[in-house]
Amino acid sequence: MNNTVSPADAPALVIEHLAKTYASGVEALKNVSLTVAAGDFFALLGPNGAGKSTLIGILSALVNKTGGQVRVFGHDLDRDLEAVKRCLGVVPQEFNCNGFETVQHVLLNQAGYYGVPRRTAERNAAHYLKALGLWDKRDDVVRNLSGGMKRRLMIARALVHEPRLLILDEPTAGVDIELRRGMWTFLQALNAQGVTIILTTHYLEEAEQLCRNIAIIDHGRIVEHTAMRDLLARLGTETLVLTLAEPVHVLPASGDYPLRLNDAQTLEVDVRADQDLNSLFAWLEGRGIRVRFMRNKANRLEELFVQLVGANAPDVADAGVGA
Amino acid sequence: MSAAAPRRSSRYAIAFETIFRKEIRRFLRIWPQTLIPPAITMTLYFVIFGNLIGRRIGTMGGHDYVDYIVPGLIMMSVITSAYANVVSSFFGAKFQRFVEELLVAPVPSHVILAGFVAGGVVRGMLVAGMVTGVSLLFTDLRIAHPFITLSVMLLAATLLSVAGFINALYAKSFDDISIVPTFVLTPLTYLGGVFYSIDLLPAFWQDVSRLNPILYMVNAFRFGMLGHSDISLPMAYGMMLLAIGAGVVWALVLLERGTGLRS
Repeated sequence: MNNTVSPADAPALVIEHLAKTYASGVEALKNVSLTVAAGDFFALLGPNGAGKSTLIGILSALVNKTGGQVRVFGHDLDRDLEAVKRCLGVVPQEFNCNGFETVQHVLLNQAGYYGVPRRTAERNAAHYLKALGLWDKRDDVVRNLSGGMKRRLMIARALVHEPRLLILDEPTAGVDIELRRGMWTFLQALNAQGVTIILTTHYLEEAEQLCRNIAIIDHGRIVEHTAMRDLLARLGTETLVLTLAEPVHVLPASGDYPLRLNDAQTLEVDVRADQDLNSLFAWLEGRGIRVRFMRNKANRLEELFVQLVGANAPDVADAGVGA
Repeated sequence: MSAAAPRRSSRYAIAFETIFRKEIRRFLRIWPQTLIPPAITMTLYFVIFGNLIGRRIGTMGGHDYVDYIVPGLIMMSVITSAYANVVSSFFGAKFQRFVEELLVAPVPSHVILAGFVAGGVVRGMLVAGMVTGVSLLFTDLRIAHPFITLSVMLLAATLLSVAGFINALYAKSFDDISIVPTFVLTPLTYLGGVFYSIDLLPAFWQDVSRLNPILYMVNAFRFGMLGHSDISLPMAYGMMLLAIGAGVVWALVLLERGTGLRS
């Protein structure tokens, strides 16, 4: 029996020089290195085909790596795979439950595979089914659940053995906003209890809202790995969209604030990080322009994301679309 | 959060029990597909070959023809059911991707294999019980050597379950799980002495028949029930144990490599 005890201060995940080349020759991961601290809420972002799912596949032992090392809470993936697996809970992108089992059996089976005694498994299953609003559906056959319920079931299944590291691969894809926000609350509470969470998502607002640290992966390489706050601070300029109280037909000379009039009641203004909004509003007030409402033109993280991966993005026209 | 973790052996035992219970639940849930068809098919065999044609054949190996084919038909249903159970269950899990539930969990390969094989063996034994019940409608059944009968049935069900598991690992489509039963298992079973004694064949074809592993199962089982066999019993046990050992090693190597499971 392996009695390795992971050090209390061991990072939740350390990846060093990870590489994966598929049999087809596709290099999905190229020398990826990454550290996720214990207790973190970590975002792993990247465009489609960037290598996120391959990375998660390697962590969950569904994909064989070609090179590099992975340690989960100090346990080496190559030397102590069982210990790594016991630390992990994985919510995959694609639905992969047995559609013919009942909701409760899916959870009890999963707990059983992890060697969780039946009584503990039943208690954990009840806890997570209640927490995720599925308790009333516990005797229903899985294939009869709605899409949102299936997503929540996969989260409950990943948690039923009480892992220390939860990896979620686009858990809120196709889920309505109310349910998505419910999941955010649930995941934040889970993280507050000490569970480390790694989240991949296409909803950048979700990453910005939930995650403290972030890595961006593109074409199999990590192109950014930093604190969310530091990343967002790098954004030099924000574009604000102002809805005006009264129509404006002639745009005043703007001086420090580049202005654009989209229509008579909608004004766009670029604000630099070193400028403040009080001056902007005083300046507008001085010209008789009153603002009823204001919003960011684009999600801040989205802008950065496009900047970071945009340089490598294939040109659609060059790719022959429409040829 | 959680209580003290169970010991490794306890965890494996829980994992095995979970797979086993899931397998039993699966084939009982779809009993009209898994349990009834073999009973109906074997009833037809008893009626046509046992009663109608068998009366004209008379005796074989010193037994009434209907008595002679009973062990073969029971063994045939064990072989078919055990194989079908494991190949369809494991390939179904692969196809619908819920096999990933097992692969992400700390379940060692031998526990996965044992769980699925145990499920196949139980289905094989249940079907054997049903077919034996049907056979009582056509003949007075007496079991000459109960221990041999039971042990051969268990070994055959185990061997075919392991074979079904290997097939499921390699399979990439539903065609792949029907090719072996249709083009390999069925011909081998029909040529494995279910309906005739190999003593009826010319010497050359007797030797060829001895390459057929099903022949050993059918004859050992027939010895258990009737006390008659074309094959020596130690040879039959040896062949079955050897085949099970080789199959288990093969299946475990494939599982460890992730053949058909991991990219």
